[in-house]
Amino acid sequence: MQQKEKPPWWKTDFGPPYFKDLMHPVLKKNYGKWAYHEVIRPGVIKRVAESGDTVYVVRFGTPRLISIYTVRDLCDIADKYCDGYLRWTSRHNVEFILTDESKIDDLIKEVEEKTGFPCGGTWDATSGKYGLSNIIHTQGWVHCHTPAIDASGIVKAVMDELYEYFVEMKLPALCRISLACCANMCGAVHASDISIVGIHRTPPLVDDDAVRRMCELPTTAASCPNAAIKVKAKEKTLEVDGEKCMFCGNCYTMCPGMPLFDPENDGAAILCAGKVSDARHPPELSKVVVPWLPNEPPRWPSVVEAVKKIFLAWANNAKKHERMVEFIERIGWERFFDLAGLEFSWHLIDDFRVPPFMYASYRVGTQFRW
Amino acid sequence: MSETPLLDQIPDGPWPSFVKEIRKTAELQEKAIAEGKEVKMPGCAKALLKQLERSYKDKKTHWKHGGIVSVVGYGGGVIGRYSDLGEELPEVHHFHTIRVNQPAGWFYTTKALRQFMDVWEKWGSGLLNMHGSTGDFVLLGTRSEYLQPMFEEMMQMDPPFDIGGSGSDLRTPSACMGPALCEFACYDTLQLCYDLTMEYQNELHRPMWPYKFKFKLSGCPNDCVAAKARSDFAIIGTWKDDIQIDRDAVKEYAKFMDIQKEVVDLCPTKCMTWDENRKSLEIDNRNCVRCMHCINKMPKALKPGKVRGATICIGAKAPCVEGAIIGWVAIPFIPADKLFERIKEIVEPLWEWWDDEGKFRERIGEFLWRKGMGQFLRVIGEKADVRMIKHPRTNPFMYFEKKELRPSKIVEELEKRGMRFKSLDREEEEI
Repeated sequence: MQQKEKPPWWKTDFGPPYFKDLMHPVLKKNYGKWAYHEVIRPGVIKRVAESGDTVYVVRFGTPRLISIYTVRDLCDIADKYCDGYLRWTSRHNVEFILTDESKIDDLIKEVEEKTGFPCGGTWDATSGKYGLSNIIHTQGWVHCHTPAIDASGIVKAVMDELYEYFVEMKLPALCRISLACCANMCGAVHASDISIVGIHRTPPLVDDDAVRRMCELPTTAASCPNAAIKVKAKEKTLEVDGEKCMFCGNCYTMCPGMPLFDPENDGAAILCAGKVSDARHPPELSKVVVPWLPNEPPRWPSVVEAVKKIFLAWANNAKKHERMVEFIERIGWERFFDLAGLEFSWHLIDDFRVPPFMYASYRVGTQFRW
Repeated sequence: MSETPLLDQIPDGPWPSFVKEIRKTAELQEKAIAEGKEVKMPGCAKALLKQLERSYKDKKTHWKHGGIVSVVGYGGGVIGRYSDLGEELPEVHHFHTIRVNQPAGWFYTTKALRQFMDVWEKWGSGLLNMHGSTGDFVLLGTRSEYLQPMFEEMMQMDPPFDIGGSGSDLRTPSACMGPALCEFACYDTLQLCYDLTMEYQNELHRPMWPYKFKFKLSGCPNDCVAAKARSDFAIIGTWKDDIQIDRDAVKEYAKFMDIQKEVVDLCPTKCMTWDENRKSLEIDNRNCVRCMHCINKMPKALKPGKVRGATICIGAKAPCVEGAIIGWVAIPFIPADKLFERIKEIVEPLWEWWDDEGKFRERIGEFLWRKGMGQFLRVIGEKADVRMIKHPRTNPFMYFEKKELRPSKIVEELEKRGMRFKSLDREEEEI
């Protein structure tokens, strides 16, 4: 780009706005001095400060991908009810902070009418009544170049099915569902109660011409975790050993000449029983319970059905405060596969040859359930 | 006949629809143009729907491998995205992403957002992600030649917004709402997030490492930003002394809560006892592992202790390439008021080491698996602590440094033959 004389306002590396400049005065006043909170109804958290100041945080689920015109609608509402302040949560929800309890109903009505965003996504540990939180997800076919599945469409189909659990609080414990459209996983999918992960199942179909034009051969070969890629020096291209390839797509990220898309064979794996919070049970990775389901746009019935089976097996049988991993540890994986109506196949036994993972999941001793 | 018969089925059902958002953008952008507003990407929302419909039909993405695009002075934060249907759908031929560094805790004023929406209506698609997985405010879709003018508008807004991270750089740090709204925050997550972001602007904007590096900050072990699972360097609030207890408030909870069953019995270390007659809760704090369950259950009665700070967990990442990792304990405790300085002392030599010896696309977690915790601890100047492990190793294949061996004829002979022994000291190893 042509370098012109820089105008006086020109700057770089100035960083984000200072958060306190964008924070409601009541939050600034009581910063670090909150006393307690109560969930007074689904989607509404009452927060009380040591000073006695009280705010009502009202939460709405969004589809993450939103229009500037919707943001303007949300701004109109925040101007009317919240002195011009609002925030987003770490799970794609938008929150309005009210100081006047009597405005809660009007606010909810107005947000739902103008945007269609439902109020909910909260949980109340005190009473042991939990709502489902929004699904964390990635970009999929809307805007990503490596996906094996779509993201927003599957999330929509799953949340339509589980909607009642978002707007009410009738689950035994927290349940975090997340989706990543490939194994790069732009999100905390690998430590969720239920996760949907896009996987490829066929090795890259090497495009010799693209490899020659755009790729560095040694770095692409070195990017393979299984040493499945060989440099063909004479032909100036790459060769893949189909027996070693695990379809991770790392080489495609390095080199556009290694596409591994196959519309008939790309699809979703379903994982479950991971968590990140330390409450009761330490954090744990999710485990694969369904190896592959096909892409079925626009409503992905097989994925929705599998997620619902896992979700209900847990929701209908778990004890109060028992998250997916705690529930399955209590009843055993044997019982879980029965309860959820899932088939256990050889794909689910780890054979990825990196030491901390493979053997760690094998059962030692003879303690198991019939 | 509709041009998008598959996408037409998406808005069915009660959950908010992204297709509706794209349609709304298409419609209102046309209206804005009719009103005489300057819109540089006319028709792109409609073209996006057509491309997405094609993906739904073909069951694959139609976005190509990104090309290199940037704004003046920056290496990261802007991601090239091109359509492979560019000839047919020129409105989305270029559809680049701009990652915008969100304010810590995702707090906004309507004034700031409205300015943003106005400039994005002009220079971009009018679509955004609130927010991307790393935490950025993500602007979806503009052309190469509009990136620079869009960023220049961002510089001039009040307050100005800067670009976030992408590629092999420090990714935009993100934090939970912390002390702004939550009584559990054990340190000031927002201030520390801001301070780290400002301190490392160069690392954030200019990719120069083997791969990405993420800081995420959670105020307590509930970890609302999932730092433990997805940040190379997770800063998790915790405390060292006794849980603060308000005994009268416990009695209030006991009126409607089965404290024995729902609190005491679920404690992972069984360090609590409940006396039903006296309505009294006792905590053996030395055996408490600060899991948060009892505090989550009774926020009016129980609070984290007063000696507060954070545990650093290192190495978390997604499965590519050597499997998913949840971060492990690297430093059990840093006091709240020492966090910024101590983190600087740790990450700077760590980055230098990783930058020198890390392999291309090797995250810190994988790098440390390859190098070992011994050398890591030497680099960051920490001692080994039993809190770093679940249990000691189960194999006897340990490394010993030369200085740990007793002098012997065999050692002398080995050295004479040119044998090199393990060394945790980097300089020595490099010789």
